[in-house]
Amino acid sequence: MSDTTFAPSYGPVAIPVRELLPWAIFAGLMLMLMIYFVGAEEGATSLIRGTAVHEFVHDGRHLLGFPCH
Amino acid sequence: MVGKLLLRGMLVGLVAGILAFAFARVYGEPPVDKAIAFEEQQAQAAGETPEPEMVSRAVQAGIGLATGVLVYGAALGGLFSLVFAYAYGRLGSLGPRGTSALLALLGFLAVIVVPSLKYPANPPAVGNPETIAYRTELFFIMIVISIAAMVAAVGLAQRLWSRLGAWNASIVAGLAFLVVFALVKAALPDVNEVPENFSATVLWQFRVASLGIQLVLWAVVGLGFGAVAERVVAVRDQRGPTRRYA
Repeated sequence: MSDTTFAPSYGPVAIPVRELLPWAIFAGLMLMLMIYFVGAEEGATSLIRGTAVHEFVHDGRHLLGFPCH
Repeated sequence: MVGKLLLRGMLVGLVAGILAFAFARVYGEPPVDKAIAFEEQQAQAAGETPEPEMVSRAVQAGIGLATGVLVYGAALGGLFSLVFAYAYGRLGSLGPRGTSALLALLGFLAVIVVPSLKYPANPPAVGNPETIAYRTELFFIMIVISIAAMVAAVGLAQRLWSRLGAWNASIVAGLAFLVVFALVKAALPDVNEVPENFSATVLWQFRVASLGIQLVLWAVVGLGFGAVAERVVAVRDQRGPTRRYA
């Protein structure tokens, strides 16, 4: 951290990892869950019963390149 | 700071998703329709009773497709902004726009192009439902390896930077990435479940459209996020004597 505090900055200043980490963990998980529901729910694995999610996002799943049925 | 970047990343991703949806409607839906027609024809020839439609084709190709692509776009933009938040200021003296564009290029290669060279996108009617778990597993393993190899390649380039110079260091790292890819491509099992008489033209159109959708998403996120991030990071960067970016 000291380098970002004391070194003279010429342009880009990095964000300290300590500030970034909570965002990366919590938002990262949430965002990956979003991709999971579009890409894999009711395919290889299933959190919700039935095939409604799969059928609804069917075309998107194929076209975004995920394996689908 | 990170929160601001995250919110803007998701909004840019949403815009990218809207454009990608338009692209998918025009170029993606025709081959999907043809593939479904083939699927129904095959089922009829085999004397199977047609499956009841849970969700109509109009919904799948309209609001369903839009939902899928927009949610994916917003999530991609959000994840991208988090990677940007880490990479910014850690990739030499590259400014916000350059960092964003470079990350999008490397991300597109590592997350989309390279995995799809091994396990390409498949239209309906292609793929055995019994192997879905196996194929999904391989697909994600391929993406994880590809991302890890790209991260390692960037690290290698940075380490060689001072000794070889920017260009040579990047070329060596790029070659190292290609060697890893060639080895992984040879080591992982192939999957080819295209039916014998499936139209090669439809398969080609589908795969090009699929890659095109991703290109729209990544290009808009890479260029658009750089533009909005520039204003966010400028506040923090102002402490430096120079405010102009590379």
